[in-house]
Amino acid sequence: MAAPKKGRRSPGGQGRPGRVLALILIAMVALTGGMFASGHTTPRLGIDLAGGTSFTLEAKNQPGRPNAINATNMNTAVGIIERRVNGLGVTESEVQTQGDNHIIVNIPKGTDAKQARQQVGTTAQLGFRPVLTATAGVKTPEPAPGATGDKDKGDKAKQDEKTGEKNKGDKSTGATTKPSGSPSPTASASPQGRPVTDALKADKDDATPGASASASAKADGKKDEKKAPTPTPAPGDAAALQKKLDALDCSTKEGRAKANEAAAGAAPTDMIVACRKDGQVKEILGPVAVEGTNVSDASAVFDTQQGKGWLVQLKFDSTGAKKFAQVTGQLATKQSPQNQFAIVLDGEVVSDPSVTSSIGGGQAEISGGFTQQSASELANVLSYGALPLSFDVVTETTVTAALGGEQLRAGLIAGAIGLALVIVYLVAYYRGLALVALASLAVSAILTYTIMVLLGPAIGFALNLPAVCGAIVAIGITADSFIVYFERIRDEIREGRTLRPAVERGWPRARRTILVSDFVSFLAAAVLFIVTVGKVQGFAFTLGLTTLLDVVVVFLFTKPLMTVLARRKFFASGHPWSGLDPARLGVRPPLRASRRRSAPVDPKEA
Amino acid sequence: MSRLGNLGARLYRGEVGYDFVGKRKIWYGISILITITAIVGLAVRGLNMGIEFSGGAVFNSPPTSVSATQAQQTAEDASGHPAVVQKLGNKTLRVQVSELTTEQSRKTQEALAKKLAVPVDKINTDIVGPSWGDQIANKAWTGLAVFMILVVIYLAIAFEWRMAVAALIALIHDLTITVGVYALVGFEVTPGTVIGLLTILGYSLYDTVVVFDGLKESAKDITKQTRFTYSEIANRSLNGTLVRSINTTVVALLPVAGLLFIGGGFLGAGMLNDISLALFVGLAAGAYSSIFIATPLVADLKERDPQMKALAKRVRARRAADAAKDGSGDAAGSADAAGEDEDEDVQDAAAGVVGQRGQGAGRSRGRGGRPSGKRR
Repeated sequence: MAAPKKGRRSPGGQGRPGRVLALILIAMVALTGGMFASGHTTPRLGIDLAGGTSFTLEAKNQPGRPNAINATNMNTAVGIIERRVNGLGVTESEVQTQGDNHIIVNIPKGTDAKQARQQVGTTAQLGFRPVLTATAGVKTPEPAPGATGDKDKGDKAKQDEKTGEKNKGDKSTGATTKPSGSPSPTASASPQGRPVTDALKADKDDATPGASASASAKADGKKDEKKAPTPTPAPGDAAALQKKLDALDCSTKEGRAKANEAAAGAAPTDMIVACRKDGQVKEILGPVAVEGTNVSDASAVFDTQQGKGWLVQLKFDSTGAKKFAQVTGQLATKQSPQNQFAIVLDGEVVSDPSVTSSIGGGQAEISGGFTQQSASELANVLSYGALPLSFDVVTETTVTAALGGEQLRAGLIAGAIGLALVIVYLVAYYRGLALVALASLAVSAILTYTIMVLLGPAIGFALNLPAVCGAIVAIGITADSFIVYFERIRDEIREGRTLRPAVERGWPRARRTILVSDFVSFLAAAVLFIVTVGKVQGFAFTLGLTTLLDVVVVFLFTKPLMTVLARRKFFASGHPWSGLDPARLGVRPPLRASRRRSAPVDPKEA
Repeated sequence: MSRLGNLGARLYRGEVGYDFVGKRKIWYGISILITITAIVGLAVRGLNMGIEFSGGAVFNSPPTSVSATQAQQTAEDASGHPAVVQKLGNKTLRVQVSELTTEQSRKTQEALAKKLAVPVDKINTDIVGPSWGDQIANKAWTGLAVFMILVVIYLAIAFEWRMAVAALIALIHDLTITVGVYALVGFEVTPGTVIGLLTILGYSLYDTVVVFDGLKESAKDITKQTRFTYSEIANRSLNGTLVRSINTTVVALLPVAGLLFIGGGFLGAGMLNDISLALFVGLAAGAYSSIFIATPLVADLKERDPQMKALAKRVRARRAADAAKDGSGDAAGSADAAGEDEDEDVQDAAAGVVGQRGQGAGRSRGRGGRPSGKRR
């Protein structure tokens, strides 16, 4: 059934329908394969379909910090909230920004919503605590050896990381600390490099009094906890803490989350055991020496003069400056790891730099091996204490799994009914042509489904009820494109053409209509997606996706399929059931004459 | 079915047709009437804004034996605000309290859970802070404005400004009617409604665009002929694409009807119902407006164009001439046209002379339009 004549007339559009069909079939197979390969065969369901709790948080500028609502701060806040929510032991919670100033927190079913809300709502606590003991992050069967004052740089850090890895690997065996005892996991070994605190811009004269003050504080420190920020634990406490430290497992996410929760719950005056962020080190920490609120400013700067690379500069308010000078003076006299102080956020050690001298003047810098990102992160944490912004819970939705399932079922039934009605209508009206429409709808459905499934892990797309609605409404939009094309073909047949030319001539015009109207539809979806928040966005996303797929399907599937089918006798001869019977379409012989005359004037398609 | 198919063919050839453009004043009148009703309804009754906009909470309990009155008492005691409680068919309770702060809502939730003796997380809850609804509404308005501007620009480029204006008017018409229906019937406006309403944007225009596309095509060489005015061609093209318009609308409405049926019939209330209700009203209004409002508007605007005025004048002149010729019995003068055509022209002209600019145009066009090829 080769068609040289047709090929000559519009070579581009119809030349190789088979190839185009093969292309889209390959795409479908690839997407389906990808779906199975990714291990997800159903789309991720949103809270309203799967059950769970969802909060919307609205960012507010904190007093005295106008214009704090920006992308960086929102992302920092998302990070912090995520950590806190996951700290509840929730496995599949998700936290994401929405719009400019909203954060959505979705917590799956089976979680205590109240507890979650408290976690989300509270302001995190930031504090500087002196390090009393530090040891490798895995569960220790017996007391860890005291860490040695290791001051080497690069190599040690690497070695340490290796040890860390090894420890993780050996976790099951349990006896890991002994062999790894010698390279002490101090701050110098943190992946952030080797943060050391230097006296910065601090006048030596200023520093000296600070040092002496701390020295005196140290003298009576053992008795008076209030005055001395670094008391050595009382023997009983020490044993208890050591036990706790041994039990602590920082090498796993769950273990860390647990540890953080416990540590965050402790009072500032308590000594705590805590994990470092990277999980390689666990530490016993003294009471809070300087509160996070005493930090007035922190920023990440790139040091070009002394070649220290990225560093974090800190400024304290007057109380903070005094306290900081005191504690650093004290720490500087000690051996590692006790010359370190830990920056603790929500019970987790985000950084534990060591101190070489007392730092007065209310300014300090932490340097060593930062990347731009890690420096800004630390600076963010320091300058905003905790959340860079305060948040209000503006919506809270709890859906039980039962209702979620019911809504999902209702959505699916509604979709099935809608689809059935459309099919009945199409078959009744278009007969054989309806097969083309149905096949196209099926292709569209497969593409939509697989893409939705794949978007779950890829960009966190979750199918919610509005999205289901969008997909159902899209059945109509997709089918409309076929109708536009079919009506065009029928118009051409009414002009007296046979099917094959009609299919080709009808296409360019139908194509334009489809493109223009789909563009408008897509524009609506895009504007909605960008401008709105919440549920509307989910709907807009589905609508936009299906509109795009509609274009793809019509171009790559429906049209080539029509071209192929136009060569079949069933359709080409205008079988009464083909939906293309010229007699039924009202073609009358005299029209052929008029057609010939009009042909030269007919618009030539591109 | 075959009769319907033939109808499509006859519509296509212009053998039958409805004079949409000619009778436009009737339809404008009807639309204005509906729109005014909608606006009055909106002004008098206002919209029944759901808790998502006023702030408050909705609780859906699991099936329970606690009565609605008891639950209402509990909710009102805990919240200090009047509560609306419904006992739904499946023995669940739906408790709605508006104008609450999130804190009050939580208290109410806990009190209800206690009363019903179920854990808090077994109660479906929707708590919305008062500020959230404003934002949703504001964003929806912003989206609407941005979309309208973009779409007018796009249509002005893809078609022409007159069509863009007409499409915009039709769109506003659809939205007003939908909102009016909500005000008059007293349906609750929820985010689902807003979603539905915003979707109408795209869909109403989709429909209009399909019609305009046909119009643009038929009017391509309009100045090269003197047989038809723009209005007549517009009407013809409208009738030609009528089947297509009806089919696309029906097919778009069917899934929405499915949603509405399931949403309203099975779930009682909820997102599905809200979206589909707004969509259903809006889509129906959209289909109506793209045929009865948008295209006649374009024709109206077009007829003000000097070029089209000149064309209308030429058409009138030619028809007058044809009529004169016909009157003098000089039937042979039309060597350039087939006899059949001539016949029709005569009738066209007769009608055209009487009221070609007004009501009469449609009928004349109806007959004259058939040999579409010849016209060009």
